[in-house]
Amino acid sequence: MTKLLEWLFGVSLVGSVWALVSFDLLDLSLPQTYKDVAWPMPLYLLVSFGCYSLATVGYRVATFNDCDEAAKELQEQIKEAKEDLKRKGLKM
Amino acid sequence: MASRKTSHSKQDKSDKYSILLPTYNERENLPLIVWLLVKYFGESGYNYEIIVIDDGSPDGTLEVAEQLQKIYGEDKILLRPRAKKLGLGTAYIHGMKHATGNFIIIMDADLSHHPKFIPEFIEKQKEGNYDLVSGTRYKGNGGVYGWDLRRKVISRGANFLTQVLLRPGASDLTGSFRLYKKEVLESLVERCVSKGYVFQMEMIVRARQLNYTVGEVPISFVDRVYGESKLGGNEIVSFVKGLITLFATT
Repeated sequence: MTKLLEWLFGVSLVGSVWALVSFDLLDLSLPQTYKDVAWPMPLYLLVSFGCYSLATVGYRVATFNDCDEAAKELQEQIKEAKEDLKRKGLKM
Repeated sequence: MASRKTSHSKQDKSDKYSILLPTYNERENLPLIVWLLVKYFGESGYNYEIIVIDDGSPDGTLEVAEQLQKIYGEDKILLRPRAKKLGLGTAYIHGMKHATGNFIIIMDADLSHHPKFIPEFIEKQKEGNYDLVSGTRYKGNGGVYGWDLRRKVISRGANFLTQVLLRPGASDLTGSFRLYKKEVLESLVERCVSKGYVFQMEMIVRARQLNYTVGEVPISFVDRVYGESKLGGNEIVSFVKGLITLFATT
């Protein structure tokens, strides 16, 4: 099953449960509070997922390591390498 | 037990690592990356060879590679040039045809990938007998150097989106510093059709699909010292296209 199908499957599953409860499609005569809670649920889920995404990406950007040490080490090694290669007879 | 031990150490000795270096206009960087590879392989004692696949660079990368071959020996530096610039996937296929190692390491020749991490890759691979080990900028001590805020936001955002949509089971999808078992790389390259950033992503997504095991090693990515590194609108558009393709087909 492709990821696309997995997503479609998941979304339609959640969507049908939502429709069942919100519109009481099976005539289960659910209490009104159930419908009131279920009806705006997709919007809540979407908004909270959006917030979660923004927070996660923001946190990861903020904590993205800057490898200053690695850059410095590399620069020194480049110098060393150039000298050594020149000694070995490399013409750059 | 004793016999198992011997066979294990024998295995170590027979392991050989072929490093594939696809190059295009890397005259400045090639000697430096080769020097660093020789240094770290020399120190760690693993058996290796470096395969330079130059795609007809007009700046004379190949001549520099020939000089390096004289310095370090034809058994250590192999030249497999091609006439003109062709895709990365075909470069790997071309390089692998002549590779004598049972493991293949792929990395960029522009010094953004430091050879000091290779011994860690090898240890990681042995630790879990992984089919492939991928360097990751997004975990542990991994990181980047030379990226501004915009670049970081795009990178983290794209990575998050990909993780959500594809759940690939690896943290760095677009990185190209990896170690593969030779037969694993062969079977993956055959299946992968994408270009550019998406190629690396497709490789790891397909690896998961084929139930290959993936190990990860944090790396520091030092953006190009010589030459320009680019991330423009075109790269982003082709990334999104590739992501959608993988989403619908894997």
